[in-house]
Amino acid sequence: MSNRIGVYICHCGTNIAKKVDCAAVARFAGGLRDVVVARDYQFMCSDPGQDLIINDIRNLGLSRVVVASCSPRLHEKTFQKALARAGLNPYLLQHTCIREHCSWVTEDPGEATAKARMLVAAAVDRVDRHGELFSREVDVLPDVMVVGAGIAGIQAALDIAKSGHRVHLVEKGPSIGGHMAQFDKTFPTLDCAACISTPKMVAVAQEPNIHLMTCAEVVEVSGFVGNYQARVRLNPRYVDTEKCTGCGTCLEKCPTKVSSEFEEGLGTRKAIYRNSPQAVPNTPVIDPLHCKKITKNKCGACEKFCPTGAIDYHQVERFVDLEVGSIVLATGYDTLDPTPLTEYGFGRYPEVYTALQFERLNNATGPTQGRIVMKDGRSPESVAVIHCVGSRDKNYHEYCSRTCCMYALKYDHLLKDKVGHHVRVTNFYIDMRCFGKGYEEFYERVQQEGVTFIRGRPAEVTDRAIRPEEEGKLVVVAEDTLSGLPVRVPVDMVILCTAMEARQGASEVARVFGVAQGQDGFFLEEHPKLGPVSTATDGVFLAGTCQGPKDIPDAVAHASGGAAQALALAARGRVAISPTTSWINPEICVGCRVCVGLCAYSAIEFDERRKVAVVNEAMCKGCGSCAGYCPSGAAQIKHFNEPQVFAELEGLLMDLERPGAVRVPVEDGDQGPLPDEHPARESVTN
Amino acid sequence: MDAQATQADAGRRRDAQTAPSVAFEPTIVAFVCNWCTYTAADLAGTSRMIQKPNLRLVRMMCTGMVDPKYVIKALLSGADAVLISGCHPGDCHYINGNYKARRRVKLLKEILPQFGVDTRRVRLTWVGASEGNEFAATVNSLVEEIRELGPIETRGLKAL
Repeated sequence: MSNRIGVYICHCGTNIAKKVDCAAVARFAGGLRDVVVARDYQFMCSDPGQDLIINDIRNLGLSRVVVASCSPRLHEKTFQKALARAGLNPYLLQHTCIREHCSWVTEDPGEATAKARMLVAAAVDRVDRHGELFSREVDVLPDVMVVGAGIAGIQAALDIAKSGHRVHLVEKGPSIGGHMAQFDKTFPTLDCAACISTPKMVAVAQEPNIHLMTCAEVVEVSGFVGNYQARVRLNPRYVDTEKCTGCGTCLEKCPTKVSSEFEEGLGTRKAIYRNSPQAVPNTPVIDPLHCKKITKNKCGACEKFCPTGAIDYHQVERFVDLEVGSIVLATGYDTLDPTPLTEYGFGRYPEVYTALQFERLNNATGPTQGRIVMKDGRSPESVAVIHCVGSRDKNYHEYCSRTCCMYALKYDHLLKDKVGHHVRVTNFYIDMRCFGKGYEEFYERVQQEGVTFIRGRPAEVTDRAIRPEEEGKLVVVAEDTLSGLPVRVPVDMVILCTAMEARQGASEVARVFGVAQGQDGFFLEEHPKLGPVSTATDGVFLAGTCQGPKDIPDAVAHASGGAAQALALAARGRVAISPTTSWINPEICVGCRVCVGLCAYSAIEFDERRKVAVVNEAMCKGCGSCAGYCPSGAAQIKHFNEPQVFAELEGLLMDLERPGAVRVPVEDGDQGPLPDEHPARESVTN
Repeated sequence: MDAQATQADAGRRRDAQTAPSVAFEPTIVAFVCNWCTYTAADLAGTSRMIQKPNLRLVRMMCTGMVDPKYVIKALLSGADAVLISGCHPGDCHYINGNYKARRRVKLLKEILPQFGVDTRRVRLTWVGASEGNEFAATVNSLVEEIRELGPIETRGLKAL
């Protein structure tokens, strides 16, 4: 019996209908073989739209459905569910895209309509060959791995742990807290970063459901949603965390001083160090590149003075294997190094600071104990804050870093507050973007504090004085684009609001976890609006700034979202796995074993008794490496098999039947319909 | 049903008759990977990057599943060129499917000239998920190139 196909063309409001004559496409579809009904409707994805399909399936006895609307990446699942509600197997749907690939990108309405027709014809031909497929469910491992323990990773880990699930929290650095641990105050409430983040850090350390690993990196991930295996490398800390009491004697006794990364180069640390007295875990770490004992086998002071014998110079890296159901990536961001922007003189003039350096200068645990002073110990009389350094700049990052306007305002306020009201603070901005809760009010407040705002990106920061008042000062040269006049502002100190950018090792992380990176280097979410925490890889979620620049409230909210997604999987305990795997027809397989070697997942085994290759469906991901190569055509991917693709191609190119062209029959296909009877078409069942 | 079918057939014939009288417009079939290039094509759409209408997409899960038969079938069915596009080397969603595609396309390109098909009619590119602009540029440049090459001659291929 031939199929009864229903075709549904969506207008998507005017998104499709503006270019594609939907009614004409529906009329055309109505004339295609086996199509019993073809309709166009304003919003197919809406409830009435879906009901249209469901009612037709029930009343007209449809056996196949084609929907032509937006990209299947957006709504294929929606319509599959509609089919399921009407009692039809969801895989008897073919969803074709006439919006992103047609109406939105084609100039001429006639051309767009013609293209849409062929796409629909292809879908009709293809759906004819679809077969019923049944997804299988597998158990989800209850544990979750969170990678990165900045504020986002901490939030995600705490959320998950609170539900009773075990979390493996993997942090590359020696202590948790991320960038937030470096900050002093937070905008717009001006509560101190430490006061709000350290309790969370301590909570992580005390939470019995969190297995915290510091100095640790995930080196390998395998498996699939619900069943991931991860290998974590624990880099040597050279201090036994079990024995160490965190007394800090070693920090006093160590004779080697090096520039501190945590202090952004403004202060020094010892070769054995911890980032701050509040560090979690409180155990110091030895920097093997600078420790005299490790590099030259001299000194050994820390070992000598350690009261508990916790120092161990011979620690080596270890590996831990974890089994988790899902993964939350919270690997954070880097700040742009402003050295290449030579016009701003960073590295050349000592009084030019990056934003993070200024955070440290402000911080009570920082190199100056929170006093805002210049390198010579004097307080600055005038400060310039340059916004958008490396952001909104085609040469560096096109995007807006979203946080700089607000932390610049915070600096403005802190300068007035800490150094004194007499300090002249000048902001150089492109646009003020104060869009969060309480942000605009904070902007208003800072303006009333007497801070100057000049609209214009500075051309340079120089020490060449041309007026007497510029002597001994840094001069910020810019154009005030509101008045159209050039300005020269002499200042004591310059703060560069450097861009947030993707972590340097982001591409390596992306490779290990199988996620994609956007053009800006940040990890790509599944959908910019409707799937901001999930990725194209099921069971791998994003949290915080690894997905894009965010301030603390947004990063925390995003992290809770990622945690909720991971928990949804863990709480249900079962997940449906796509049935679109490979299947090797034992009747056709000649046992050449080419596929066995090609399979990247070792999902194909050779059955010695029957002399055929057999797919292990639990391991197969349906990539089709075997199907693309199989010389006999025995290996086929369900839902992407040869008859289906051939049928799709025939429909796609049906307008091109040139005179004399040979139309290759597809196995059971037959083009010549008999006058009174349609040829029986067996649907290809998998 | 029959009346509708004849109507559609008539429409098809009309297309075939009018085609030679206008300037040559190539038809290109693209086999693109779901994870990278299909997403890039979506992005190009969302960003309203105008493309020539000559390209028709076929979604595959991975370029590694593109059997050379599919390419030949597309050329035989009237496509003037075939584009295969997937993730950048090293970025494959399925570990290494795109490398397999690269090998197969290379071999395919070796046999195509024997059947009188210009190898430029089969193009393999890597377009990542975020490269909507790259996708639109690829489409437009390929259409131009094939327009210059002219209609495909598949007599040799039919011998296959």
